[in-house]
Amino acid sequence: MKIGIMVSEGPYNHQASDTAYLFARTAIEKGHKVPRVFFYHDGVNNSTKLTQPPQDDRNVVNRWSKLAEEHGVDLVVCIAAGMRRGITDDILAPGFRISGLGQLVEAGIQCDRLVTFGD
Amino acid sequence: MLHIVNKSATERNSLESCLRMATKGSAVLLIEDAVYAATKGGVAAAQIQAAMADLQIYALGPDLDARGMSARVLDGVKVVDYGGFVDLVTETNACQSWL
Amino acid sequence: MSDMMDDMEGGEGVVKKFMFVNRKAPHGTIYALEGLEVVLVSAAFDQDVSMVFADDGVYELIKGMNTKGIEVKDFSKTYRALDGYDIEKLYVEKASMDARGLTEADLIVDVTVLDSAEMANLMAEQDVVISY
Repeated sequence: MKIGIMVSEGPYNHQASDTAYLFARTAIEKGHKVPRVFFYHDGVNNSTKLTQPPQDDRNVVNRWSKLAEEHGVDLVVCIAAGMRRGITDDILAPGFRISGLGQLVEAGIQCDRLVTFGD
Repeated sequence: MLHIVNKSATERNSLESCLRMATKGSAVLLIEDAVYAATKGGVAAAQIQAAMADLQIYALGPDLDARGMSARVLDGVKVVDYGGFVDLVTETNACQSWL
Repeated sequence: MSDMMDDMEGGEGVVKKFMFVNRKAPHGTIYALEGLEVVLVSAAFDQDVSMVFADDGVYELIKGMNTKGIEVKDFSKTYRALDGYDIEKLYVEKASMDARGLTEADLIVDVTVLDSAEMANLMAEQDVVISY
């Protein structure tokens, strides 16, 4: 089954991105596809390579990048929400791309399920 | 329909609203801070116990464990792991998060 | 991106029931404003779109907002423009209005008021529910 995901909160402040990641990874392990994760609202802050968490903590941004690299997950950052928050192409971590809100609606149409993680 | 609630019932009204607008036979999955509602002795326990007459109530085990609440889960609440979460999403027709 | 699109092929011509659930008050957080932006974009996809206002989300529709003093964009008039986008299914939960001392007369747009059971049934028949 194809499961699309929306993440509405940034990393660390809320558990949303952690839960979304663990859900996505597990879905893939179980043989489902996660074609796209759409980052909206403060969720766009999951995409910056400037993040430097302490070494004994998980790296939320790198985990998403790795998921994209290993499983072809399309990590889409909303352009409007991203511009508001200073997210531009030159600070994107690997695997992320900036695009429009239509990508969220498209994921809703083309995936079998859309699951939202937020606050 | 799978209803996903992630906020503590003693902080927000998400659980209350979810239970009010869930049709009979729906599944409700408590994750993150919402798992406290699925434990014994709290003010939300009565709400959950009443809801179990019409709804299937699930709680995410890793979130219960992380909060030290696993031993306090109410009878009748089904504890699932992330795999069970994925199954709930795929086995229901759609899902809704009560943010 | 082409790989992902290949993965998601076969969606053309599909009409799904999309519901946008608004449960947060305006201004205090950005969810109402950014939520509205998604709804406007969804209009271009010819889907069966409905919007629900429940809990504090009903405050989004209050008449007579004046945001000058807080120096924040007043987007409440955008709700009036929704019918121009063929987004005409606006639903408000009665219990949420009652709990806030509001009636339909307080709202900036025409809505359909549903009781909680009717709202539950409407939600249950959706394919995609996006909430804020």
